[in-house]
Amino acid sequence: MIFTIAAKELKTLFASPLAWIILAVLECLLAWFFLGQIDAFLTVQPQLAALANPPGVTELIVTPLFGIAAMIMLMVVPPLSMRLIAEERRNQTMALLLSAPVSITEIILGKFLGLMAFLALFIGLTALMSFSLYSGAMLDLELLAGNILGLVLLAASFAALGLFISSLTSHPIIAAIGTLGAFLGLWVVDISARDPDSLLHYLSLLKHFESFNRGVIATADAAYFILFTVLFLVLAVRRLDRDRL
Amino acid sequence: MTNITVSTSELSRSYGARTAVHDISFELRQGEVLGLLGPNGAGKTTTLQMLAGCLAPGAGRIEICGIDLLERPREAKALLGFLPETPPLYRDLTVDEYLRFAARLHRVPKADIPAALERTKQRCGLADTGKRLIGSLSKGFQQRVGIAQAIVHNPRVVILDEPTVGLDPIQIREIRSLIRELGGKYSVILSTHILPEVESVCDRIQIMDRGQLVFSGDFAELKQAHPEQASLEEVFIHLTQQEEQA
Repeated sequence: MIFTIAAKELKTLFASPLAWIILAVLECLLAWFFLGQIDAFLTVQPQLAALANPPGVTELIVTPLFGIAAMIMLMVVPPLSMRLIAEERRNQTMALLLSAPVSITEIILGKFLGLMAFLALFIGLTALMSFSLYSGAMLDLELLAGNILGLVLLAASFAALGLFISSLTSHPIIAAIGTLGAFLGLWVVDISARDPDSLLHYLSLLKHFESFNRGVIATADAAYFILFTVLFLVLAVRRLDRDRL
Repeated sequence: MTNITVSTSELSRSYGARTAVHDISFELRQGEVLGLLGPNGAGKTTTLQMLAGCLAPGAGRIEICGIDLLERPREAKALLGFLPETPPLYRDLTVDEYLRFAARLHRVPKADIPAALERTKQRCGLADTGKRLIGSLSKGFQQRVGIAQAIVHNPRVVILDEPTVGLDPIQIREIRSLIRELGGKYSVILSTHILPEVESVCDRIQIMDRGQLVFSGDFAELKQAHPEQASLEEVFIHLTQQEEQA
């Protein structure tokens, strides 16, 4: 049942030009950045050769690429997640799901997985782009895998929060702006906090993603993203359940 | 016992301080078409939404074919088909994609879906529109897709909320004959405020006014209970205005 709903979400996404345009624009931006990084790498390569323990191509190209992909994800999720529930409310199509023999949890998980499938496509394209270096260079596959995992976890957190905010309103645009605001807030929350051990630092998505980006897969960071995702999925279920009462 | 498909007892629901539905009890048998009548704001839609499981009742019980809707929603809802006031259509999908999704949601086994789709489209007069986008269909066809969605999984009970609103006279006639046809096989509950519609399709009528049932029975009982009124219209006005004076 969850997969039926997820498949339908993915189908409606690709039925509108939005999904295609987002994928195309993102690929262009990422490719441009990727080529820029390669260019920069080639200029500094002679100097790197002189170093005793030089950073590899993965550190110099793939890591910044995933850093940018994470930033892009922050801007891509709101226009995709906004429709998930808000639009069903607006078009009064929620009754189809509510009167069908499916639970609210299944509805929310289906919608979440539908969006995740789309984001996974985007992550997959980014990974493929990095993987193309494999033909001509030594690639640190573990670092690449760490980055992919980090980006997937980040995407899951974004999708869950976006889904929750979409469940609060019946106006997709309000959901999109609210979601973008919340993401940016979570992203930059550590700037004002000087003390690296402070709570604000700990809440920052940026900080947790950075360790994955550097290739450090720490349980604490993974747990942060997983708890974050689960929390907002549960909140979304509760919010939707309240519609019936 | 087995041919009672819907039974409710002391169903109530309020929105904040306003009571929308108060103490409604009724039973519906297999093969019956029940018309829920009432002026605007009488609580018809609220009652139907509660029966369909879209709205939790404030108090009372609902049983669908003997299964408690609140305690075992999954099994009860599988026996229900619901067309709300606004048909819940995804405009970006084609009729086939949409009906397939509705069938999957209602747990029709994958192998049976093509046959179910074919049969439903045949019944609802949608045979040639399978590949068209729902958003590009006329209002009448959209309404048919809405009805198709409610019967694609062969439910025991079909709930239709004002199914003929906004249709032209020919479409109204077609939808009515479809409802009569459905009534032969399933139990149908439909709400409306168009009186001739009730007279032409329903076996039994219930009149609601300000959240309460003011009449429940078939046409013979209606005549018997109100011999001084010549038509359904007069009974309806008598019943709903009497309350106002009281």
